[in-house]
Amino acid sequence: MIELEGLTKRYGEKVAVNNLSFTVRPGIITGFLGPNGAGKSTTMRMVLGLDRPTAGDVRIDGKHYDELADPLTYIGALLEAKAWHGGRSAYNHLLCLAQSNGIPAKRVREVLDTVGLSAVARKKTKGFSLGMGQRLGIAGALLGDPRILMFDEPVNGLDPEGIHWIRNLMKTLASQGRTVFVSSHLMSEMALTADHLVVIGQGRLLADTSMAEFIAENSRSYVRIRTPQREQLLDALHDAGVPVVEAGDGVLEVDGDKSEAVGELAARRQIVLHELSPQRASLEEAFMQLTAESVEYHAHDGQPPGTLPQQQQPPGQPPRQWGSDWKRG
Amino acid sequence: MSTPQPPTQQAAPDWHAAPGSPYPTYTSPIPVVRTTLLHALASEWTKIKSVRSTMWTLGVFVLLVLGIGLLTGAVVASSDSDLAGESALSLGFFGLLLGSICVITLGVLTTASEYGTGMIRTTMTACPSRGRVLAAKGIVFFLVAFVVTLVSATLIGLVHVSMLEGHGAGDPTGEEWLKGTVGVSLYVALLGLLSLAVGSIIRHSAGAITIMIGVLLAPLVIALFMFSESLKDVQQALFEYSIPNQMSIFYANSLSESGPSGWDPLWIVLGVTAAVFAAAFVLLEKRDV
Repeated sequence: MIELEGLTKRYGEKVAVNNLSFTVRPGIITGFLGPNGAGKSTTMRMVLGLDRPTAGDVRIDGKHYDELADPLTYIGALLEAKAWHGGRSAYNHLLCLAQSNGIPAKRVREVLDTVGLSAVARKKTKGFSLGMGQRLGIAGALLGDPRILMFDEPVNGLDPEGIHWIRNLMKTLASQGRTVFVSSHLMSEMALTADHLVVIGQGRLLADTSMAEFIAENSRSYVRIRTPQREQLLDALHDAGVPVVEAGDGVLEVDGDKSEAVGELAARRQIVLHELSPQRASLEEAFMQLTAESVEYHAHDGQPPGTLPQQQQPPGQPPRQWGSDWKRG
Repeated sequence: MSTPQPPTQQAAPDWHAAPGSPYPTYTSPIPVVRTTLLHALASEWTKIKSVRSTMWTLGVFVLLVLGIGLLTGAVVASSDSDLAGESALSLGFFGLLLGSICVITLGVLTTASEYGTGMIRTTMTACPSRGRVLAAKGIVFFLVAFVVTLVSATLIGLVHVSMLEGHGAGDPTGEEWLKGTVGVSLYVALLGLLSLAVGSIIRHSAGAITIMIGVLLAPLVIALFMFSESLKDVQQALFEYSIPNQMSIFYANSLSESGPSGWDPLWIVLGVTAAVFAAAFVLLEKRDV
């Protein structure tokens, strides 16, 4: 279990992490989501005691990181790729880590086998591809067979087979009762792996919710309709008390899973339909909107904060420019 | 908001434990060990011997000490010059002076290269006691540097003494042997340890090596160009306390008459190293990795 309490990190004027409080629980995969530069890596470095928090506290199973006598058996971490000396072999890299924590040397062979690097164990790591580097980093995280695992952007640079492997690995680790905390800037990746979701933007907590709830709340479903008899259909829908919005280009949208109802209504009134399709807004977009608004809020500092997370953009208007600047955070 | 959702996202994630359920905990079969400085020492020993830069710097060091030593020995032996009772050990000085650059380089690399590669974050994650990491690095490096220097200096000393028999060289006394081997080796190893601490503070290999070579050579070079009469005292002090002169004191052929003598250079470098090491400890605790 990892507990963060009011965790704050300031670099000069810039606030990288702002008053973060949440708990990462064992037995599930907790996704840590935010656009690039949102403060995910800084938060993870503070968990590991690499960066000193400006304020607040972070504890691992109730202890500060530097109170852990043999940290690798408590918590294994994959930080950014290639955090090692390229001139050292994979085996020696893991061996020196094992020795520093009193882990038996035979464990090095085991983890090299687990991540599939046995064949290149004696090769210098500077020749490793990005994917091999990620595997070596993961080997280091698994070395102490820890009960908490923390992966910073683990799928970066992995090929589809590698991505599949890491997903399964994380699920297996969580099902063994371990705490798995994984960061990503891809909502689609998290939707496939995470059970719980922590979203940050600009160093602030935007959401701390179960994946199921997030999906239910944020993936809006609606029906998309095109018809040459627009006025008649609008009247019909109005009579039936179904709210409808115009989405431009003659497209009408009705919230909810109402395609059957709309279709039957149109048939009764003998209205020709050119399109009647149920739609679901993607989680990726819900996530982008969530984080983009935090960027906007910080940029012009006058918007009422209460409207932040759930504010929905009226469909129909061309998309605002939030998509173009959300990455800058 | 209105783009259709790609098919992959329609697959609902399969979550198997709802938040709030009783927490299962994983217990590892690996025995839990309370780690000590010994674990950190074993780790640092593996590190220092598993990179090629260690072999290179120490290899070049041994080559310089033995090569330059043999060369000077051969030149003196083939000429008619007379050492006039001076110990043959003093010929080892030049090789060790140049060789000390290698020891400085290795010292800096031991700490600073971890910052260059990103290894330091892995190291500090594995051993959150930062002081312990620095201490382990210092101890391992110091022992390696001391042993290699001691063996090289003793070897070249023996060679010089046997080469220059009958050239008026005085038989080295016990103390001369002690100073010319153990003494100077301690000095060079401490110089390396100083570089290690500087590397930890600067966190940049090239920068720290430049600083240390400056410390090694600059005072002597600057003193050479101090022509002004009013700077006579400063010039004298720079000469006397320059590292080359301090090293030459171990061979009793100091470039100057006054200034440090006997075992003084060892106490000087010990004091400076201790102070810089203390600063490195404090900064390491304070700064982010």
